[in-house]
Amino acid sequence: MKQPSSHIKTLQIDGQDVGANQDETILEVARENGIYIPTLCEIEGLSPHGGCRLCLVEVKGVNKLLPACVTHVQEGMEVFTNSPRLQEYRRTILELIFSEGNHICAVCVVNGRCDLQALATKLGMTHVSVPYLYPRRSVDASHDRFALDRNRCILCTRCVRVCDEIEGAHTWDVSGRGVQAHVVTDLNTPWGDSDTCTSCGKCVNVCPTGALFEKGKAVAEMSKKRGFLPYLTQMREKRSK
Amino acid sequence: MSKVRFATVWLDGCSGCHMSFLDMDERLIELAELVDVVYSPLVDPKQFPDSVDVTLVEGAVSSDEDLEKIRHIREHTQYLIALGDCSVTGNVPSMRNPFKVDEVMNRAYIENATVQPQIPNVSVPTLLPRVRPVHTVVKVDVYVPGCPPSADTIYYVLTTLLRGEVPDLSSRTRFGV
Repeated sequence: MKQPSSHIKTLQIDGQDVGANQDETILEVARENGIYIPTLCEIEGLSPHGGCRLCLVEVKGVNKLLPACVTHVQEGMEVFTNSPRLQEYRRTILELIFSEGNHICAVCVVNGRCDLQALATKLGMTHVSVPYLYPRRSVDASHDRFALDRNRCILCTRCVRVCDEIEGAHTWDVSGRGVQAHVVTDLNTPWGDSDTCTSCGKCVNVCPTGALFEKGKAVAEMSKKRGFLPYLTQMREKRSK
Repeated sequence: MSKVRFATVWLDGCSGCHMSFLDMDERLIELAELVDVVYSPLVDPKQFPDSVDVTLVEGAVSSDEDLEKIRHIREHTQYLIALGDCSVTGNVPSMRNPFKVDEVMNRAYIENATVQPQIPNVSVPTLLPRVRPVHTVVKVDVYVPGCPPSADTIYYVLTTLLRGEVPDLSSRTRFGV
């Protein structure tokens, strides 16, 4: 029998036989085959981060859970994406995210259009069973057009990545460790004073929650426009060919 | 068949959930055929009765009075429903939680007062250090998020429970709706 070409891998996801390129991740292959894996820090067009852990999957023969967004396919892999254990862990992860910040959906600028809120509904989080931390976090409203409310930040680093990888400005970074971690602009100086920020608004639009928002928008008035990201990625890929 | 003994209670919330309850409109008449409202801000009795089948709880637990009330209610209720975001998550009342009670009181009654700045301490309940969702204080049987949950949602929850079934709210309401 003829062996398949070495850069094509065959594997199983939820019992379904799928084929993939060797450089693809489990998440990419799952999506190509219409298999849903929840994600939050991941956004198409930016490098994967693997931070939110919502895309954790089970792989037969591997003891630990693996994040689908940064795990590459292997020949003969058997992947399970939606076991009761994973469903429970994902709900707990969401509860931890909710408990770690101060997320008050009812008064949030993106209420009804928030990735975190939508996932909580979709994955069946009925309440937060872990203790809330109620951290004291600061707001930076020094920019002319945009504002940052760290109470709603989940540290997905989409803003950091889009600013670095797409805009090329690298205004954003994460400062501090553990529960002290927070996003900063320009070595922790006010956003409005930033020399590097081009005010392009890409960070605001990729932010999954109401942490980054346009000034002048009231509760539930802000929607994020993300069409630019696949467009820019596509155009750049074309140019580099 | 005897009627279901039904109660509603209003802790630290804006009464919006109760307004939403009243928004069931003519369906209230239908519900009145099935339940006896034995305690509620909407009816007269001032004492929570000894045995209640179903209680809807609006609001978070914010004061010593709320805490005492909800413990008493839990003890005398078979089925406790957390109604609305304040009750389920703490919601807007919990926005004071990153701050100390003293800071909050000073801000409200001293720093921002234009006339007679003073902290109220007579015949008002004492605030707890932190506003708490109901389930962190007593056991909750059903969570109904929403700010407020719609009349349709409340009607669905009550009629489902009255049929003896467990309501599935996944597609009907969410936090902040």
